[in-house]
Amino acid sequence: MKKVYRLRDLDCANCAAKMERAISKIDGVREASVSFMSQKLSVDLDESRSESIVDEIVRVCKKIEPDCIIVR
Amino acid sequence: MIKLDLSKKQQKNLIRILVALVAFVVVFAVDKSIELSSCIHSEIGWLLPFFLYLAIYATIGYDVIFRAARNIAHGQIFDENFLMCVATLGAFALAIVSGVRGEHIEGFDEACAVLLFYQVGEFFQHYATDKSRKSISSLMDIRPDYANVIRGGEAVIIQPDEVKAGEIILVNPGERVPLDGVCIKGNSSVDAKALTGESLPREISEGDYVISGSVNLTSQIQIQTDREFYDSTVSKILDLVENAADKKSKTENFISRFARYYTPIVVFLAVALAVIPGAITGEWSDWTYRALSFLVVSCPCALVISIPLSFFSGIGAASRRGILIKGSDYLEKFDQANVFVFDKTGTLTKGNFAVAQVCPEYRRDEILELAATAEQGSSHPIAKSILACCPIKPERGYTLTNVAGQGVAAYSDISGGDVILCGNEKLMAENAIAYEKQSGAGTAVYVAKNGEYIGSILIADELKEETASTIAELKKLGARTVMLTGDNAEVAKSVAVSAGVDEYKASLLPQDKVAEVENILSQKKKTDVVCFTGDGINDAPVLMRSDVGVAMGAIGSDAAIEAADIVLMKDDLNGLPLAKRIARKTMRIVRQNIIFSLAVKAAILILSALGITDMWIAVFGDVGVAVLAILNAMRANMNTRKDDKAKANLCI
Repeated sequence: MKKVYRLRDLDCANCAAKMERAISKIDGVREASVSFMSQKLSVDLDESRSESIVDEIVRVCKKIEPDCIIVR
Repeated sequence: MIKLDLSKKQQKNLIRILVALVAFVVVFAVDKSIELSSCIHSEIGWLLPFFLYLAIYATIGYDVIFRAARNIAHGQIFDENFLMCVATLGAFALAIVSGVRGEHIEGFDEACAVLLFYQVGEFFQHYATDKSRKSISSLMDIRPDYANVIRGGEAVIIQPDEVKAGEIILVNPGERVPLDGVCIKGNSSVDAKALTGESLPREISEGDYVISGSVNLTSQIQIQTDREFYDSTVSKILDLVENAADKKSKTENFISRFARYYTPIVVFLAVALAVIPGAITGEWSDWTYRALSFLVVSCPCALVISIPLSFFSGIGAASRRGILIKGSDYLEKFDQANVFVFDKTGTLTKGNFAVAQVCPEYRRDEILELAATAEQGSSHPIAKSILACCPIKPERGYTLTNVAGQGVAAYSDISGGDVILCGNEKLMAENAIAYEKQSGAGTAVYVAKNGEYIGSILIADELKEETASTIAELKKLGARTVMLTGDNAEVAKSVAVSAGVDEYKASLLPQDKVAEVENILSQKKKTDVVCFTGDGINDAPVLMRSDVGVAMGAIGSDAAIEAADIVLMKDDLNGLPLAKRIARKTMRIVRQNIIFSLAVKAAILILSALGITDMWIAVFGDVGVAVLAILNAMRANMNTRKDDKAKANLCI
């Protein structure tokens, strides 16, 4: 299942790349792309446990760039 | 005064930078003129400038230090905050050391200045990125906010997605059309520039189809919607634009991979630079200072921000001209595209059949009348084109019989009346009629009356006006052009010659086209990029299969929007060389930015290792280069505007 989330206050392009890498590594995420320009995260994730995966994504991003908020 | 569009956070930052800047200039000037450390005549004299500069340092840099500490706590060590902290705190430490030793103090001012400069650069960097992001996004934003729907005789304002298909909506001048539909009342002109890049407004009157996303210009119109919002053109385009940044280009991926290794390597080198020569020469502070300058340049910001921004600007520039590119990946590939495969019907040609020739010419009207009479019941494109060309209304009173695979036989209802035969060679042969073979390229229709041959009509597909010039332009860029068609070899050849394409493949069924493209793909060289252009009808599989699929005139063709990588909203082949130019310009800027940033950084790294430059230059190497690269990236979007103007002037 493909989902697109808006990212608020994503200020640093390097962090975007870091977030993308970290999210891609999460179990259940098939593909992730963080676009610094359009301030968007699009993920292809396992539908059956999407809730817990998204929670994990939020947690991981918080660790990398605490200023950036994922709008769910 | 220039009006700055700043967010609350940016305003606060700006004030902080200005306050720190003023304080810094004052302290710096006083320090330089009377040497603050000599104000207090004792060993601890250095403490006065230390505390003054520390106050400035804290004002300007508290957030950097905070973020660095927080990120280290999260296990993120090598980020720019950390690097700036190490470099400036290092400079501070060096100054304290020399202060304690009672030497001449140098470094407090530098640490503050570096951080100040860094913050100014950061501020400008954010501002510029934000600004260009907003300006490009607003261009793409064609979302209608509301719809005036007529319910119970009154206009009610509701969300566009609450309108049902078949309802009547009211669109006032200046409003965006929220849903697709047919104009049922009023005359106006609508501007579809945001959708198609077509700058001329289109005249709309009753019965005309209006697409959502266009802006109503002159007067109020009523539209009967024929679909719901999610199915409307505007939703589909928005969907496409929103998901456009999905596929990242090779260059972008390369840069983020590069950034991953660049910073740790430079940090490692900095440590080596401080420790090894320091241990050998014993001049610790000098080498440490050089190492600190190293750290300042180690942030890959300039690249990491400017490369995606360049692509984004390029995609923005294209979308303003009615060309939707579904990701930077395709922009990059399209720049390299050198094999252009075209579908014939609807792409190179208009796809409308028209009477090209009537033979013999002196019996033109008679032949057309007879053919029209026979073909009047048919909805085949060929029949339609004959009817469209016939000067008078076809005669009624005939019984029309379809002869499968051959044509039509029309029997007059009056007994002993005329029998008209209208069809292909087989029909003539079947009825033993001697006919004159049509030699032109196209579909020949033979007409006979009462067993006697009257003449023939040649139906051909017209070439689009811009086809030949587009093909010529592509060839000038060094591209190979191939045409695929389902028509017979004769038709294909004549179209290929007049269009100027290098090669053609005729008599292909839709599935053969995929095979043909596969064939081209398998034979291509590694550097070749195959681009297929089609009108989106029946060629979705080919669009998917080729390296870059371009769909034309895609408004209304969902499958094509789905399958294509680049969508030309307007049914105009000129979009192809235009997109090529935009792609080329964007990629040029991307390369410039990569080379420029890397070259400046490398130069500064070498110079600071040699101790020639100081930290000031190093800060320029970090934020200064980033800002310059960002400004350059914005050019991908700006310059084409000049292009537009030049073109508009020509039209006038």
